[in-house]
Amino acid sequence: MIDALGDPQSVLVLGGSSEIALATVKALPRNRINRVVLAGRASAGLASAVEELTSSGIKGVVTAEFDATNTASHERIIDEIFDAGDIDIVILAFGMLGDQMEFESDPNLAVQIATTNYTGAVSSGLHVARRLRQQGHGSLVVISSVAGDRARRSNYVYGSTKAGLDAFAQGLGDALQGSGAHVLVVRPGMVRTRMSAGLPEAPMTTDAPDVAKAIIVGLRKGKHTIYAPGNLRYLMGVVKTVPRPIFRKLPS
Amino acid sequence: MSKNDVNNVSEAASPLVRTEDEELLTGWGRTAPSMAFVREPDNIEDVQTAIVHAGARGVLARGLGRSYGDAAQSGGATVLRMPSMNTFTLDPVTATVTADAGASLDEILTSIVPRGFFVPVTPGTRMVTVGGAIAADIHGKNHHVDGSFGSHVTSLTLIDGTGAIRTLSPTDMLNSNEFWATVGGMGLTGVIVQATFNVIPIETALMSVDTERGANLDELMGKMIDADARYRYSVAWIDSVSTAGRGVITSGEHATLDQLPAAKRSTALVYDPKVVATAPKFIPGGLINKLSMRAFNEAWFRKHPKSRAGDIHSIAAFFHPLDGVQEWNRVYGPAGFLQYQFVVPDSAGHVIGEALARLRAVGAPSFLTVLKRFGPANPAPLSFPEKGWTLAMDIPTGVAGLATTLDGLDELVAEAGGRLYLAKDSRQSPEMFRRTYPRLAQWQEVRSSMDPHGVFTSDLARRLQL
Repeated sequence: MIDALGDPQSVLVLGGSSEIALATVKALPRNRINRVVLAGRASAGLASAVEELTSSGIKGVVTAEFDATNTASHERIIDEIFDAGDIDIVILAFGMLGDQMEFESDPNLAVQIATTNYTGAVSSGLHVARRLRQQGHGSLVVISSVAGDRARRSNYVYGSTKAGLDAFAQGLGDALQGSGAHVLVVRPGMVRTRMSAGLPEAPMTTDAPDVAKAIIVGLRKGKHTIYAPGNLRYLMGVVKTVPRPIFRKLPS
Repeated sequence: MSKNDVNNVSEAASPLVRTEDEELLTGWGRTAPSMAFVREPDNIEDVQTAIVHAGARGVLARGLGRSYGDAAQSGGATVLRMPSMNTFTLDPVTATVTADAGASLDEILTSIVPRGFFVPVTPGTRMVTVGGAIAADIHGKNHHVDGSFGSHVTSLTLIDGTGAIRTLSPTDMLNSNEFWATVGGMGLTGVIVQATFNVIPIETALMSVDTERGANLDELMGKMIDADARYRYSVAWIDSVSTAGRGVITSGEHATLDQLPAAKRSTALVYDPKVVATAPKFIPGGLINKLSMRAFNEAWFRKHPKSRAGDIHSIAAFFHPLDGVQEWNRVYGPAGFLQYQFVVPDSAGHVIGEALARLRAVGAPSFLTVLKRFGPANPAPLSFPEKGWTLAMDIPTGVAGLATTLDGLDELVAEAGGRLYLAKDSRQSPEMFRRTYPRLAQWQEVRSSMDPHGVFTSDLARRLQL
């Protein structure tokens, strides 16, 4: 249970090796945390995520086998996790960036990330929402992206998956309004992580711990949507109004 | 059932569509809400039906929601509120009241005070139910003389986790363990539906009150020990802003007829508590800050004379001053507040000063800092009071660094052999709770015999792994 001071006891991360999610778990007030479930495909990354959290003093870190693309398994996996005890915060953090040029030459690759980023999120998000509603409390943090705010030549497949995810998460938040459960949509700009390694830095690029801080403040204030950094909200407001002929010519 | 028939639970097509009986519940501190299906049973059969048909998230009884934290809420559960199970009778010969669990002390006082009786224990609000008073084993200004509410209950009727009716009594060898597990049991042993308790005879509806100021904490505590030997009721208010720990002790007795002027004797038992105001619906956060708190504390201290004896006050003014403002819990703004209340043994009186100093240091302002001495504990394993000092402080939750400061205070309290009051708690850790309630295992054993399928639970029970 979240206590009167907003400190949670249990966290579920879907996409257990996500750097933003791990930074968020590490930044949460940890005096009360006794259960962290990192759900993802068994991998060296997932094992080292457990090690990273445990060695930073967080109690009760365990893994659960979860594959975003295997939607048929989501109901069972999510039910098992919630049956073992209430979850105060769920972070839906899985996602791939991919390479736009490769998607154009091999659309099968584009289908893969669309399945992971969007279809997998719709499936697991709905199962999580059902369980949060049943327990009558809890927050679902959905890691969206500013890439969903406006499609760009350089990453529109990725951007379209985030646009779909973002719209889904907003609607889910409205469906859960007043139910005790709550959805926080997070739209980070470019974040320095494994996923973005090697790409040229965009304006207002941040680090995972900064996004984590914004998430925690957003949760505490009961926000529905946050940008990270916060000022991106205004930049994106402008970006969305730029006419397409001009937008196409802007450096990506 | 007046609100919703338990047999008529509609299976919504979508699991995300809300139903009519859902309600977001919080405690009096208005923190950490959770959604529950609220039902209002009309009688014992309705309560039994709700228990027998309980869903996976279980059942919990809720009174008037005066617990500060998460004791009377349970996410996803069926929560039973019993405003229409509120009948009671006074037997003036045996000086007992037999009341339905949903009857409030407010309703009972309105009826029995004019007939010359008073409840054995009242907390700082009369807006509590009989069921809640037993479940939290509430205490009042007379604890050092009379003990807590549970000590005055002669029998109670409860519906256990199988839906069976049980009558429990502290003197019946066959069920006294179940009785004491229910007293202070936070509603987790079953749903209390009725209780019989002793009441005390009074000659007037008025209090004879003596007031004394203490210039610093040592003087105040010394005077309190002295006052406790002489008065049935006593409590001290502490100026939470003052570094000296100055305060005001208010002590009293029920006024006797001959203490009243002759003209007032014919109306001596007239009881007329008034609600003077209601807090506005929306109050912005930050209204309660260091400045407003300093001004309030200064004014409150100055308002009281250095020493005065024999003032005549009403019952409402003496026992329930905050009930004069309805929904006063809103003054702390939307972020809500918590109350930190602990008890430490007499030998650990220094913890009081240390607690005040640490909260002053983080700028946690408190309107209501109340110091009181407890008498001996009763046999209930989860009952809060034990012989010693108890300090209660209201604190807005927005204060930076509050979580760490309170965790530090927990450690101090636990080391001193003290503990926190579950009816006020909204943030202690399960470890702190287990460490300071050493008879938990004994209580759990009785509880699992009364609720073998684990029907009764609450957000507090989940948080503390009760």
